[in-house]
Formats: sequence, C-alpha cells, structure tokens
Amino acid sequence: MTYILQQILNALQLGSIYALIALGYTMVYGILTMINFAHGDLFMVGAFFCFLIAVYLQLPFLPTLMLTMFGVACLGVLIERMAYKPLRAAPRVSAIITALGVGLFLENFTLALSPYPKNIPPLLADKTWMIGSVTISSLQIIIIALSVSLMLILDFIVQRTKAGMAMRAISWDKTIVPLMGVPVNKIISLTFAIGTGLGGAAGMMYGLAYPVIDPYMGIMVGWKAFISAVVGGIGNVRGAMIGGFILGTVEILVAAFFPSTYRDFVAFTLLLILLIFRPYGILGRPSPQKV
Amino acid sequence: MSAKEKLLSVSNLNVAYGNINAVHGVSFDVAAGEIVALIGANGAGKSSILRSISGIIPYSGSISYKGKDLKQTAADFIVALGIAQVPEGRGIFGNLTVMENLKLATWHRQDKENIARDFDRVFTLFPRLAERKHQLGGMLSGGEQQMLAVGRALMSDADTLLLDEPSMGLSPVLVREIFRIIAEINKAGKTILLVEQNANMSLHIAQRGYVLETGRIVLSGTGQELMGNPRVKEAYLGG
Repeated sequence: MTYILQQILNALQLGSIYALIALGYTMVYGILTMINFAHGDLFMVGAFFCFLIAVYLQLPFLPTLMLTMFGVACLGVLIERMAYKPLRAAPRVSAIITALGVGLFLENFTLALSPYPKNIPPLLADKTWMIGSVTISSLQIIIIALSVSLMLILDFIVQRTKAGMAMRAISWDKTIVPLMGVPVNKIISLTFAIGTGLGGAAGMMYGLAYPVIDPYMGIMVGWKAFISAVVGGIGNVRGAMIGGFILGTVEILVAAFFPSTYRDFVAFTLLLILLIFRPYGILGRPSPQKV
Repeated sequence: MSAKEKLLSVSNLNVAYGNINAVHGVSFDVAAGEIVALIGANGAGKSSILRSISGIIPYSGSISYKGKDLKQTAADFIVALGIAQVPEGRGIFGNLTVMENLKLATWHRQDKENIARDFDRVFTLFPRLAERKHQLGGMLSGGEQQMLAVGRALMSDADTLLLDEPSMGLSPVLVREIFRIIAEINKAGKTILLVEQNANMSLHIAQRGYVLETGRIVLSGTGQELMGNPRVKEAYLGG
C-alpha cells in the first residue's frame, strides 16, 4: 500500500512536468493548427537557462524560475516571428518541417556550447519527510504545487481574460478575428510566450528533479508531452493537463509492477488503444464542420 | 450625393486570387448616414470588396475612410477607425458564449460606461440574445447567429457597418426582420454598406445601389431608379 502511495506521488511529479510541456504543444496547435516540434527542445533550453542562472548569477529559486521562463518565452516568440510566421500561409507540412529543423538547431547549438552533460546545483534545501513509510521530498512538493499553480493561472487566463477569449476565438476561426479589432499577431506571440514559458518552467523543474542535463534531454520528454497533449485532445488546454497526468501515472505504475524496460512499450500501447476509441482525445472535439 | 461628405471612398479597386481577377477597377463612394447596396450574383466580387475594405485581403487601388488611406492600415486598426464587418456566413465563434462573442468586439474600446450602454442597446434590439447570453455561439439557430453577428458589429462602436449577405440562409420572415433592423440601425445613425443577392429587399431600404457583374460595376443609381431599371428587374428581381 505504501509502495503504491509512494508511486502515486512520483506519478504526480512526472505527470505535472509532462502536463506543463503538453500545454505548450496544445496552445500552439489550438491557435495555429501546427505542431511545434521544437517545443521539447525549448524545454531543454529551459533546463540550460536554469543551469546558467544558477551557476553564474547564483540567484535563489524564485528569481531563477522567473528568469528562466522569461528567457525561454522570448526565445519562443523569436522563433515564431523568424521561422514560423513567414510560413503561416504555406502548407502545414512546411511549418512542421521547419519546426523539426528549429529543434535540431537548438539541440546542436546547445551541444556546440556544452558538449558534456551538466549538473544543476540544488537550488532548494532538500528536506524529506516520512509520513507513515511514504517519503516526501520538499522538491517533489514544490514541483507539484508549482505546476498546479501555473496550470490554474493559465486556465484563468484562457477562460476568464480578454486575451484568453481572443485565443479561443482564433482557435475557432482565425480569419474572422481581425474583424473584431483584435490584433491577431500579438495574440499569437502571447500564446507562444506563455506556451514556451511553461515549457521553460518544466525544463527547470525536470532539471532539479533529475539534475543531469544534456542537449538531447528534450527529445523523449518532448515526444511524451506531445502524446499527452494528443491523449487529452490536442488544442484543449484542460485536456493537455489531464493527458500529462495520465501519461505520468501510466509510466510510473508500469515501472512499479513490471521490469522498467517495459515502461515506454506498455505506456505507448495503452495510449494507442485509448486513441482507437477516442481519436480526438479525451476532451477533444471533432473539427467543426463549416457549412 | 456630392453635397454630402464622402465617408468611405473606393477607387479603382482590383482584387485577384492567383490568376483569377475577382474585382476589376471598381470605384464607388458611401456618404455618412447612407445605406448603399452592392447587388450582384454569386461570384460577382461583392465579398471581395468588403474584405478589401476591412483589410483582410490584399488588393490594388485605393480605399480611404474619413480621408485616411486604409491600405497601410492593419485590419484590427481599421475596426478602431470605425468600420465593422458582419462577414459572410456570420463568423460566429461557436466555442465562445453569446456574451463573449459580443465582448470580443469591444477589444479596442476603453469607454467602459458606453460599452455597458451598448450591451443594453444590443439586448433591447435583440431580446433573443439576452435570453441566450450564456449559451455557446455554436448552439444558436441561423437567425440568432445573424442577430449576434449584427450585435457584435454594434458592440465595436463602428460608424460604418459592412454587411455581407445578412439574409443568406434565413426564412422569409427572418429576412424581413433583419432588413427592418438594418433600416432601424441606419436611422440610429450608422452608415451601412450592404452586399446582397436579395436585390429586392436591399434596394427597398437603400438610398443608393450599385450592380456588380463579374467584378465590374455595370449600373448605379438610387434604390428607386435601380428597382425600376428593366435590366435589374429582369436579372435580379425576377422579371
């Protein structure tokens, strides 16, 4: 029993990181119907930004988090402006290939600067508590609490603010939105900033939880977060959160009861089965039929 | 016409989609307070003209509003200048509530009190929308969506409304209702540029009209004149 409780805690930790990254995929898809395949690599850049700030500026946790999110958000907006915006009217496949190219660029640029894996120094005094025989670390609690807070803030922005309303309107029909007086390009930039900023926060937390970082760390995590977004219903913000937690839970539970090499195989099989029965994902809707 | 001030002026407008020219050298004016109808069959280039004015498609020629050249003006800023469009097919955001659809059109406005007043006006004009405030736009009937689209244009506080086929897909009763409302909005001070296939109803409420055929203006005159024109009668008014 305590073993299961322990694993559930681990699942929440991993799931909240997947969910944060999945939000970036789903927001960009929602607004541009494009998969930003560089997003996993922006997550990696987030971990490296955190490393640089922690080592060279030696700031405490919260300023490090904010600077990391800000830096990755700026990079995300820059990538959108320079690489994706010129292709907005081009076939979707061109934009996707460009995104893959941007991802490879980020990996290799980081590799050129940092050929060896790095260690992020601990930014928080690591305390652990025993409740019964379940071990809880302060880092675990912070990762879960921070991710959930960021998701609540995002949900508020999307559902309750004017900018969020504009994002939802763009995801329904981008061509009509300028007729409402809404500056579409600014909203798209804002969406990229928020989505990639969350990815940067996830990179930092991942880097604190699993402190060895390397330029390729974003690939597998990025794929898994992308799959989380699809499972939840791509384009749907709440779906991405649910998808992230489902994938985290499945992975941890599989590794808990089977040899750990089965983890990805079983996790992906379960997800493929889920998609057979719900091809639009858990909260996704079939694309609207226009008459 | 010449006595009145030109509010919107389109001159030598050309619109092309790839190699296909949709609009050839179209010129016309709209004065403040008028209802002007552009009538013509499907594919005559009517919607392309409205989209050019709203700045959402590229064109050549010039369009000016209140003396300002619109070509270099971004679409969202054109709304702030005072031109709102009710697009073809209504363009309701089906995933936003009625209230949110209306609110979105106030994006550029800061005048909170006037916004509240305009909400009241829209809900007085369209009591159906007040009843359905919290429903999603996608759940409304065609007629209700058309009311919402017009209400949205009113919420943007524009002086000029561009209406693209407001009668499309509506029952005859609703068509009469929507034209009655257009005339009412015009009386309240809005200038209206109306694009329609329903020539009969539009020429009835319009002061002036233009007839478009394959991207060219072939006739123009007052609403009365055009309704009496044999060519218009035969082609658009069913003999």
